[in-house]
Amino acid sequence: MKAPTRQTLISLHDAQVSFGDMQALRGVTLSLRRGDRLMLVGANGSGKTTLIRLLHGLLQPAVAGSMQTHALVPEGRTPRGAMVFQRPFLMNLSVRWNVWLGLWLRGVPAAQRESLCQQALQRVGLASLAGRRARELSGGQQQRLALARAWALQPDILFLDEPTASLDPGAKREIEALVQDFAAAGVTLVMSTHNLGQARRLGTRVAYLEAGSLVVDRAVEDFFSGEDLPDPARQFLKGELPWHT
Amino acid sequence: MHVCAYRHGAAGPPQSASRMNDLAPGLSSAARLLLGADSELWSVVALSLRVSGTACLLGAAIGLTAGAWLAIARFPGHAFVVGVLNTLLALPSVVVGLVVYLLLSRAGPLGALGILFTPTAMVIAQSILVVPLVAALSRRLVLLALAEGGDQLRSLGAGRYMTALLLLLHERFAVLTVLLTAFGRAVAEVGAVMIVGGNIDGVTRVMTTTIALETSKGDLPLALALGVVLLGVVALLNTAIALMQWRSGAPREALA
Repeated sequence: MKAPTRQTLISLHDAQVSFGDMQALRGVTLSLRRGDRLMLVGANGSGKTTLIRLLHGLLQPAVAGSMQTHALVPEGRTPRGAMVFQRPFLMNLSVRWNVWLGLWLRGVPAAQRESLCQQALQRVGLASLAGRRARELSGGQQQRLALARAWALQPDILFLDEPTASLDPGAKREIEALVQDFAAAGVTLVMSTHNLGQARRLGTRVAYLEAGSLVVDRAVEDFFSGEDLPDPARQFLKGELPWHT
Repeated sequence: MHVCAYRHGAAGPPQSASRMNDLAPGLSSAARLLLGADSELWSVVALSLRVSGTACLLGAAIGLTAGAWLAIARFPGHAFVVGVLNTLLALPSVVVGLVVYLLLSRAGPLGALGILFTPTAMVIAQSILVVPLVAALSRRLVLLALAEGGDQLRSLGAGRYMTALLLLLHERFAVLTVLLTAFGRAVAEVGAVMIVGGNIDGVTRVMTTTIALETSKGDLPLALALGVVLLGVVALLNTAIALMQWRSGAPREALA
């Protein structure tokens, strides 16, 4: 399903985020449009995770600048967001209850919860493990469960913070395939990654951050062509990572 | 060093001999009381469990709620409140007994309730003792779990307080350990229940006050038998929690 328009979902203007004395984001201006697959790249500490958390609304009170979330057209409602973290936090409950809990927290009516749970678990291939304790799953299965939990919420925007960083190559491929499924269903993606190949495969846009600043934000082909890229981004592409503490 | 002044296996030591600190004959008589289903002994045990169990339930309801809230709340004076809470962990039980006594005595502000020297007064005193313990330890549990999963639960739509409560559910085996610790404190304390209960035979006499009384009277077998029961109750609870933990597959550290 392709998004009917390229409307803006979130606009960020001159966003600044500080944690004590440390400035994590410096004057970031960015628009997220419907259907975007925005890949955030940059070295450790460049502000990728902070930017994702800000866009998802987890950092609201610490922000200077402005952020606006626009109602969906033609639905007329605020876009629903869901987030998958690098290390998923799963409750010490069964696989099924972990998905159920997310639906309950979002206020999904009780009558729909069971079927949404079932559909989401089938989607990620965990339906047969629904009764298993979530914490007994392998790393890849746990990340798939986190994706199922997000999928069940029927998000318009899916935020992914390095979702494959600690997984083996097989599990990485599985997660990538599921993320592509999300995108194919029309979900807007914002994902941080250190894996440039992954950014190229999954993204339509790449934003490069350095020391909390957004250095460049381009279509994926333009970014990887390397033409007219600012020096820091070109160095990053060439593997000469700038070091920040 | 004391010398045993009576024969092992006798029906019961004479009062003069029981004052001596000879453990083996005392334990032997205690075993006979336990195995003989002594009604006095078991009524004391039943009242102890009822009072301490009720106090723990009440303390858990208040303490878990307060602990979860203190873990996520930020307000002026928060650090002071947490400091006071941590100080109350060492609250002497006799002080609690004294305060509850003053509140419930006929001239006190709650004297009209007429509950001094009743099991209800003992429940109140023990609840006051265990609330700081449950609150402080559960606050700590929630704080540690927040670092791991707080943001993720919030991203699913949980409010701050709901996040804290869900983390208590997530850490339920550690919470059970906290409650066991609280029960241990309640069932083993003597000062507060002695003051507000009065140690009235058949009404407010519990294990600890009976042990204190019988020891002062020189009746060591009953005191020892109750001591054994006290340890047995705690061991039983510990085993029950370990079994639940094992069946649920929770990590062993949860009980550590």
